[in-house]
Amino acid sequence: MLQTQGLTASYGQFKALFGIDIRVDAGECVAIIGANGAGKTTLMRAIAGVLRNAPEMILHRGEPIGDMAADRVMRRGIAMVPEGRRLFPSLTVEENLLIGGQVRRAAGPWDLAAVHRLFPILKERRSNPATALSGGQQQMVAIGRALMSNPEVLLCDEISLGLAPVVIRDIYAALPAIRATGAAVVLVEQDIARALAVADRVYCLMEGRVTLEGRPRELTREAIHAAYFGALA
Amino acid sequence: MIWVNTVVQGLMLGGLYALFATGLSLVFGIMRLVNLAHGDLIVFAAFAILVIVEVLGLDPFVSALLAAPLLFAAGWALQRLVLNRVLGRDILPPLLVTFGLSVALQNGMLEVFSADSRRIRSGALESASVALGPVTLGMLPLLTFASAVAAIFLLNRIFYATALGRAFRATSDDPVTASLMGINPRSVFAIATGLAMVTVTLAALYLGMRANFDPSIGPARLIYAFEAVIIGGLGSLWGTLAGGIIIGLAQTAGAAVNPEWQILAGHLAFLVVLLVRPRGLFPRAFD
Ligand SMILES: Nc1ncnc2c1ncn2[C@@H]1O[C@H](COP(=O)(O)OP(=O)(O)OP(=O)(O)O)[C@@H](O)[C@H]1O
Ligand SMILES: [Mg+2]
Repeated sequence: MLQTQGLTASYGQFKALFGIDIRVDAGECVAIIGANGAGKTTLMRAIAGVLRNAPEMILHRGEPIGDMAADRVMRRGIAMVPEGRRLFPSLTVEENLLIGGQVRRAAGPWDLAAVHRLFPILKERRSNPATALSGGQQQMVAIGRALMSNPEVLLCDEISLGLAPVVIRDIYAALPAIRATGAAVVLVEQDIARALAVADRVYCLMEGRVTLEGRPRELTREAIHAAYFGALA
Repeated sequence: MIWVNTVVQGLMLGGLYALFATGLSLVFGIMRLVNLAHGDLIVFAAFAILVIVEVLGLDPFVSALLAAPLLFAAGWALQRLVLNRVLGRDILPPLLVTFGLSVALQNGMLEVFSADSRRIRSGALESASVALGPVTLGMLPLLTFASAVAAIFLLNRIFYATALGRAFRATSDDPVTASLMGINPRSVFAIATGLAMVTVTLAALYLGMRANFDPSIGPARLIYAFEAVIIGGLGSLWGTLAGGIIIGLAQTAGAAVNPEWQILAGHLAFLVVLLVRPRGLFPRAFD
């Protein structure tokens, strides 16, 4: 349903991605793992349209979308929870949620009430400025904001970054409810164990290339280690 | 009781300056763009209203109502076709482009309307006044002030109570993340500049009815508008109203002492506020 073909990306002279091929099927949970600087965020930003590419490098429902701006990609049903959450500081918690579904509201289970059921604390804090929340709560807002449009694909870039283990557990506890609504989820994650535990399939990135792909059960520790840290590690 | 009169007149004059400044403040607040052609756009709008008044023989207020959607469209197109292309990290290109636009507008208006001084005639309204205790208020200044308060109140409602305002604030915070919400920052900017041109139309209506204008007076209006925005704190609309009022009060007070001091007193007030509060009276938390 969503696919990249030979996707490349660079920042000026610096090449960050060298021909990435990944695939996300409907309703699937795909994890992208890789060390710092491997290119995971760059891959997410390219798919979401923040970085533009040649049209055919990214296909959605068979149509080339690689050259579409982020707002058009989002309106096709590909929503992103960006790295570092990136809530809008001028907006309250509730406004941050509402703006996620303001432009595109596909038919589906997610609305303000459903997000409040998923993360009840956000209802309590709804009038607070988004930046007044704790890191974990802010991450909940970022996830809820992306859900508000009832996306077909949810791209999550390091939703556990900088959070305490108990908080990470709470956030991951929401994943089954999100998947139950039929959305495909792409999880960028540095925590390999957690990624393997929840994903249907895994891609490992290293220095801008896919070094491993497969189903968690089929991958050995050694193979993952080599793909993650390089052959010498 | 002369000072009461001075204060009230200054307040009313401040309303006019606030109207000059509202569009500038709106555009700066949303896209960090300083439009150096703002004053000339006000004069341009005044000519637009004048043409409608003279050609169709309509009342100035009705004419302004007709001009507003046209000027909204002009602002929208200006943003879409020109300003969006030069907005970016570097603040110099938009400054140069709007400076160029200012010069082009002045020359274009000179060509079409000549250097003659013009006025939008409003009939009986010109001399109408109301007595408030010891103070006699001109109807036009009173209407100007009321319009400024109403315009800023309405814009604040749009900003804080509508989906469009939410998109304005989000785009102002972080255009990239706003685009991840399906918002096209360029369309948002175009709507903002369109709205700014509606406030420009209102400013032009009162400018044209209260005093003579000609194609060359834009830059001077820009300076008052600029000072009002800076005194109020960049990005704050109520701050802009306060800024306009401070300049209006200072000018009227200066003029009461010595008529030659009117303009100077306004600029001095601006400098004093900047010395005491370099970020203005009501700065937004981030810019
Ligand atoms: N804006 C940028 N300008 C220049 N280089 C960049 C930029 N963003 C990322 N890079 C470089 O591109 C490479 C890939 O970065 P990217 O952020 O995609 O990695 P990542 O896998 O998400 O890392 P992390 O785990 O730290 O989030 C890195 O070498 C990084 O230094
Ligand atoms: Mg990253």
